[in-house]
Amino acid sequence: MEENQLKNTCELLLIGGSAGSLEVLFKLLPLLRAGLGFPVVLVLHRRNSADSSLSDLLASKTPNPTREVEDKDPVIPGTIYLAPADYHLLIEHERTFSLDYSEKIHFSRPSIDVTFESAAEVYGSRLVAILLSGANEDGSEGLAAVKQAGGITAVQNPDTAQMPFMPHYAMTHLHVDYVFDTIQMASFINELE
Amino acid sequence: MIEEENIDLLLNDLFDIYGYDFTRYSRASLKRRVVRLCSLDKFPSFAELRYRVRNDPSYLKRFVEEITVNVTEMFRDPSFYKSLREEVLPVLGTKPFIRIWHAGCSTGEEVYSMAILLKEANLLRRSLLYATDLNPGVLEKVRKGIFPLGLMKQYSESYIASGGTHDFSGYYTAQYGQAKFDNELSEKIIISTHNLVSDSSFNEFDLILCRNVLIYFDKDLQDRVLKLFDASLGTLGYLALGTKETLKFSAIQNKFKQLNREKIWKKIN
Repeated sequence: MEENQLKNTCELLLIGGSAGSLEVLFKLLPLLRAGLGFPVVLVLHRRNSADSSLSDLLASKTPNPTREVEDKDPVIPGTIYLAPADYHLLIEHERTFSLDYSEKIHFSRPSIDVTFESAAEVYGSRLVAILLSGANEDGSEGLAAVKQAGGITAVQNPDTAQMPFMPHYAMTHLHVDYVFDTIQMASFINELE
Repeated sequence: MIEEENIDLLLNDLFDIYGYDFTRYSRASLKRRVVRLCSLDKFPSFAELRYRVRNDPSYLKRFVEEITVNVTEMFRDPSFYKSLREEVLPVLGTKPFIRIWHAGCSTGEEVYSMAILLKEANLLRRSLLYATDLNPGVLEKVRKGIFPLGLMKQYSESYIASGGTHDFSGYYTAQYGQAKFDNELSEKIIISTHNLVSDSSFNEFDLILCRNVLIYFDKDLQDRVLKLFDASLGTLGYLALGTKETLKFSAIQNKFKQLNREKIWKKIN
């Protein structure tokens, strides 16, 4: 596990965010290299199911293929996936997505905790998880699960976050590996293998 | 942390003792709900949950109710209901009699939404809505047609967004914080337990709605259930799924044609 951490081996990158996280992604995505060797899963709190144009908007910021997840989609390296509004997003051992319409967690569906915890079970130490700006507690337990499974955890520097509560809450509840501004985050991701 | 093998043991118990087969459910979601139930009911270990399930048939009812997801709402995805109003019901209206199956209906919010659409299209009198679920507990709620009053504001907004022009509060009577929907709606609803995993087709329908149920099944089971729906639909019948579910890659996809952007398919042969 330690060795993996040193090499920063990544089989899946998770990014969770709530209020104030979209503008971070709009800045971050254009900085990411084309042809990432791992899939990226974005779990964002958003208002309702009508705005399916968000995935188009995100896709316009990156050369990497970007799409909103449909039930049982395979998890393919190089693709950026967006959790659909109003569903929890989980990952199965055979590397497919499944959706879930169960109760909201921390008033949120999709919940960052749910996806992070589910990914931690499947990917273990080959997982990298980043938590961005937000105004609630979602994501901290998920980061803790990633950490416990031997994965790498990071948060957006609360000083640079529009809503510092979410990354700050995570920092006070577990020892995260990295605290990044957007530029640092981009170069970290670009160096993952 | 519950090991994968433990989940297997529990699922085997459920099948051997009670005949409930959850082995082809999406494992990640199922496991999460088992973990959640362990903590909700304060079992000190997984073994104790398993013991209780094995030995207490009355606990089984709670177990099944908590393991299966029963979150639902009225007029969810208003554009879907708008499409039913504008494109599906006018076609169904040409038939002398309309049979609709809500498979995995949970507490029935969608069934009542549908009954309201039919009433507004003047079709309710010659329609029957079959509401089925594997879970007898939730079906009791469908029968009563009583939903929390606090949700009516949101439901009313979704109803209007679906193209509804009546006063939504005219469909229910408010009492003690509850909204009781009119008997006129509920008397057209036929309620029965039906397990999509193990039970077969029981009628021929013009429209089958099964929204956000297949997401809990693995690919094989999804395929089996879709075949069951195909076998239960008359020619030119309609099948409606949840917004993130698809017929793509299923064994029956060539027999159906998607109507528009909504997840509604028409059977073409």
